[in-house]
Parts: sequence; C-alpha cells; structure tokens
Amino acid sequence: MTDPENIIIVKDLVKSFGSFTANDHLTFSVRRGEIFGFLGANGAGKTTTIKILCGLSYPTSGELSVAGFDIYTQREKVKRNIGYMSQRFSLYDDLTVFENIRFYGGIYGLSRKEIDARSKSLMERLGFENSRNKLIRDIPLGWKQKLAFSVAILHNPKIVFLDEPTGGVDPITRRQFWDMIYEAAHRGITVFVTTHYMDEAEYCDRVSIMVDGRIAAMDTPDNLKLQFGAPSMNDVFIKLARG
Amino acid sequence: MHPVSVRVDNLTKRFSETVALDDITFHVGKGELFGFIGPDGAGKTTLFRILTTLLLPDRGTCTVEGCDVVKDYKRIRNMSGYMPGRFSLYQDLTVEENLNFFATIFGTTVHENYDLIKDIYQQIEPFKDRKAGKLSGGMKQKLALSCALIHKPEILFLDEPTTGVDAVSRLEFWEMLKRLKEAGITILVSTPYMDEASLCDRVALMQNGRIMSISTPLEVIRNYPLTLYSVKAGDIYQLLGELRNYPGVHSVYAFGQSAHVAFKGPANQADLAAWLKAKNHQSVEITPIEANIEDCFMELMTA
Repeated sequence: MTDPENIIIVKDLVKSFGSFTANDHLTFSVRRGEIFGFLGANGAGKTTTIKILCGLSYPTSGELSVAGFDIYTQREKVKRNIGYMSQRFSLYDDLTVFENIRFYGGIYGLSRKEIDARSKSLMERLGFENSRNKLIRDIPLGWKQKLAFSVAILHNPKIVFLDEPTGGVDPITRRQFWDMIYEAAHRGITVFVTTHYMDEAEYCDRVSIMVDGRIAAMDTPDNLKLQFGAPSMNDVFIKLARG
Repeated sequence: MHPVSVRVDNLTKRFSETVALDDITFHVGKGELFGFIGPDGAGKTTLFRILTTLLLPDRGTCTVEGCDVVKDYKRIRNMSGYMPGRFSLYQDLTVEENLNFFATIFGTTVHENYDLIKDIYQQIEPFKDRKAGKLSGGMKQKLALSCALIHKPEILFLDEPTTGVDAVSRLEFWEMLKRLKEAGITILVSTPYMDEASLCDRVALMQNGRIMSISTPLEVIRNYPLTLYSVKAGDIYQLLGELRNYPGVHSVYAFGQSAHVAFKGPANQADLAAWLKAKNHQSVEITPIEANIEDCFMELMTA
C-alpha cells in the first residue's frame, strides 16, 4: 500500500483496549512535505494513534503505511525513517548539548564523522556554539525545544512527529520554533503535530480534529473556519468537541 | 477605590545567580480576578509560592488580606486556597478521599461547604470512587479546584490551572472562575495562554522576573503603540522572510496563515501591496487590524 503522494496512509484503523475503542475506524492520509495538525480533546485517542504510527503499538485492525513501510511487518524500517519529539521527553537533562546530539546520532546509525559535521552546522544555525558543553538542565526551555526538534530531524527522517512540542515558551520563541518547522517542511520533511494551542493549529496546512476516537473534521484551517462559521480554530474546536 | 486584598511592594527573590522576581510591585483589589500572563521562567510560580507562604521573599513586603506573608503565615494558610501548577493531589486516593482529606486538614467537612463546590464537584461526582491518578486532565483540574475551595477560602491562588488541558476544558474552567468571582472570592491566576488575558479584570504581563505592564485587557490593547496590518499571500514562509526586509517595517510575526506587520507610524497600504506584487506574491490581502494581547506582549518584550 504505497503511494507517491502520501507519506502516511491510514485505512480503517481500529485500536481497542478491552471493551474500550480508543481509535474507531480512522481513515486519513498525509501528503509528503505537509504540516499536518492532529488535534483532539484530552482522551480523544490521539496518543494511541501516534504510538501506532511510530511503530510502538500494534493496531487491532486496519491498513497502515508510514514512510512507505507497512506498520505490521516493517516496524523497524518505520522507526528508522521517522523522528519524534515531545514536550515531556526529548533530551537527557544530565548530558551536555553535544552529548545529546552524539547520542541520538549514534542511535540512528550516523558515523562519528557525520555526527561531528551535522552537530557543528546545527549549533551554528541555532547560535549554540558557546553552549556545546552545557548541561541540558542549564539551558532555557526555548533552547531545549529548538535543540530537541533539531535532534529529532538529525537523521533526515521522512516524517517528524511532534507531540505537544511548544508549551510554556514566550510568543516570540514559539514563532522561531514554527519558523524551524516551516523550514523542515520546505526541505520535504513531513510534519505531524499535536497541540493544545488552537492558535497553532492555524499554522498547519491541514488539520484533523478527533472526538471520542473518531475524526470529526479534517480540512485546511481556512476551510474549517468557513464550514463551521467560526472566526478561529479555537471556536471550531469548541463547536466540535462540545457537540 | 476597592479595598486591597493582596499588596506586593518591591518584591525580589533570587535563586543563587537567577533573579526569579526582580523588584515587582502590584496590588490586587478584593473580589478581583487578576491574571499573571507569561511564559515559563517569568516568575509566576515563585510569586505564588511566596504569596502562599511556601517561600520566603529576599526583599520587599507582601500582605494577603492585611496579613504579612512571613509573620502571619498561619492566618494566610487558613484563608487561601492554592492550586499548584503540578497536579498536587494524592494519586492513589480516590476523588472522594482526596476531597475529604483536604476538608479534614482544614478542620471542616465536605458537607459544610458543599454549596461552594457543588457546581464543579457534580461534574466529577460520577467518578468519585476512581483514583485521582486515573482521571483525565480536565477532571483532575476540577478535583484540584474543588480541594482548593473546600475550606471556603477568601482568596484563591491558581498556578497555571489550564496548562496542558484542551480548549473545551479551558473554557469550562474559566466559566467556573467567573462564578467564583461572583461569589466574592478574590482570584489570582497565572497562565501562559495569551488569549486568557481577556477573561481577567486586570492582567500583569510578565517576562524574566519583571512585570512589563499592569492594566485591564482593554487598556493593554489601547496602549499598543504601533500601526498594525494583517497581510496574507500564497506562501506564508516566503512572505514572512520578505516582509522583514520591507523598508520602514518595525516587526513581522506569523499568526497562522497570515503575517502581522507593524509600523511606527501610518504606512501606505498601496505601496506595500505593489512591493509584494513586484516580488511575485499573488492574491495579496492587506487589512488594518487592532492588536491582540499577543501582539502587545511581543512588542513589550522587545521594547
């Protein structure tokens, strides 16, 4: 089930835990280079879907292809071709900036030479040259988020999953972070992002909104606002999730 | 002038090298819903911990309902409700057990003050036998608020109560706060969500241990010193890069699929449109707009 246009293809995905259906027949696809927002209320089933797409959990049923690989039989290949970043866990606090880069580079099988070259250009781009040997716990949250994102795409994955990446930073730092997301998308990396900031949903090319395990709406932010007669994505979300 | 509930004068707090609060001063009126808006590291949590008598100030004076945070800490603890930023209830106790526990340590009963929490608690009562650790984000938040209210406090300190919860739960939470305000409770609430500023009577915009401005949400917007336009064109990524090079431009920030472009004085819309067309931008839309809180916050940050 591959398709040159779509980098993620999900057909009839069902995931049940006992009698509870967390994902109830989800069908959607994500285009190459797209910034796709995956939204939903707490407990709507987003994390379940992301775990399946990242090859960390098996679906109960359904057909899924991620980065051109089958989610049942080629999970290790899926993992090599994706990056993942979340607000809660990304970098090791007690390792330095460079040690974190080297660690993740090593995990993704980059050679020492490649790691050195990529970390050098990465630190230049972020303006971190003087912080190479600083512990992660000693750098500001905004820096951590930018570094975590850069590390998540260090191995040039086809897709990067961002699970609530930007909480807690000031609005300027948040925009610098989105500049990096746009840049990655322009380089052809597909971005799959979840967020509780509905204003961030406005930055996505397309968004889906999950309610009780189902996709209740999926379109561009502009079209969704039109469809629901709402001035912002926040209002679209509230209309849908409140029912 | 309303009577003052919280009085903070020249408060400073350091943690070794870091200045967490840098000489801040503000007063909150009785019955006011007062918001502290700012990112992580602004000093919101340190401030709340000092006002709830869990941390000592280095310098300055702080009083809550006339009681000094150092000398009269016991009285302050009895009259305030506190919801810390991190979920602070006992995860391995049930919903009901948590509520009873908090009532008991304040020497009261759930029954005695049930009226105050009724609206909120009823929403989680169907789950009263569930362990607190197993609740969803929105339900945890409602339980924490119920526990903070169970001794009928005069004043509430809510540290980022809506962080990490979805937009619907956030809306419901602010509806609850409005009702508590109507019941006469003074509320100090902090949030990183700029859009929540408009729900407060007054807001303090905070950054790096300082208060950048204190006023009503309406005044914040009225005091925005720049002329602002919303610009839309095909490719937002390229548009942002190019607008930053437009002669005379003061700032350019992305807001979803449009850019907010600010000038120090009036700008000529037609000139800007022509300039963008010459750069091959199709279907350019330029609209004069009023600033929102986020525009104001970013301008204050860089001023």
